[in-house]
Amino acid sequence: MATKAIVGEKVGMTQVWDDENRIVPVTVLRVPPCRVVQVKTPDTDGYSAIQVTRGVKDAGKLTRPEAGHFEKAGVDPGRSLVELRLDDVSEFTVGQEITADVHEEGTRVDVTAVSRGKGFAGAMKRHGFGGAPASHGAHKNHRKPGAVGQCATPSRVFRGKKMPGRMGGQKVTTLNLEVVKSDIEAGLILVKGSVPGPRGSTVVIRDAVKGS
Amino acid sequence: MQPTDLVDNLSLRDDIPDFGPGDALKVHVRVIEGNRERTQLFEGVVIRRQGSGVRETFTVRKLSFGVGVERTFPLHTPIVEKIEVGARGDVRRAKLYYLRDRIGKAAKVKEKRFN
Repeated sequence: MATKAIVGEKVGMTQVWDDENRIVPVTVLRVPPCRVVQVKTPDTDGYSAIQVTRGVKDAGKLTRPEAGHFEKAGVDPGRSLVELRLDDVSEFTVGQEITADVHEEGTRVDVTAVSRGKGFAGAMKRHGFGGAPASHGAHKNHRKPGAVGQCATPSRVFRGKKMPGRMGGQKVTTLNLEVVKSDIEAGLILVKGSVPGPRGSTVVIRDAVKGS
Repeated sequence: MQPTDLVDNLSLRDDIPDFGPGDALKVHVRVIEGNRERTQLFEGVVIRRQGSGVRETFTVRKLSFGVGVERTFPLHTPIVEKIEVGARGDVRRAKLYYLRDRIGKAAKVKEKRFN
């Protein structure tokens, strides 16, 4: 499991130049300071995690349970509460701030977000099926998935058969992205490569679990 | 205005002269040979400018020993030391791909006359 994590927002993709004047494709992630609202330990909760919030939320727009939760922690109310599962939470205290510099430049991170929803997608788009020929007698089956199984044995379709259906809108993690830049003043982290989800979506940035 | 402007603005250069397709350009390119750095000149005609912001590029075409050579540079790349604009070309389109099919005098871009 991860040892360091922070919550942010995807800003978009662009490019920067590295030391050798080569273009590096980067995703810009906005990471304002996160405030720890609750520390969960194996003794109290059965697992270790920290709950954080970020930004500000009008006190009038809080629900009663939310208001009580923030008040108990003595933390300014922020938008959204996110739980970050970590190996060791003994260094964290309620009210502590986590900033962009938890991930140093040059280290590797995993970025988790909810991918773009594609709606009801066919088998070609959803599972990369080949489809049918465009011509040579192909009739109205150009993008169909083809056969889904055998005949009288087993006389059913196996569970888990790849078929058309809802695609995207799922939690996706991209592993081992390099941190190109991490800027506390601007509250930005630049990672090399792409990150799931549309612009403006919430992302969780953790240190890489699988070494490079 | 792009959402990523706050990052892009740091890599934009402000010393780029105003030039367009048809203009004769001298591009001073930094070349690293081993641990020595020197400047190489790429001299030719701009045949296209493409893209916007930090991703904008331009292509320069020249004839080298009778062979056409085109080189595309990112407009804001740090490897370009300096861009010198020579003659302004009198052209009617934005992309001068027709120069590729022409040879000799027909491949020349007329100079723009201001009066």
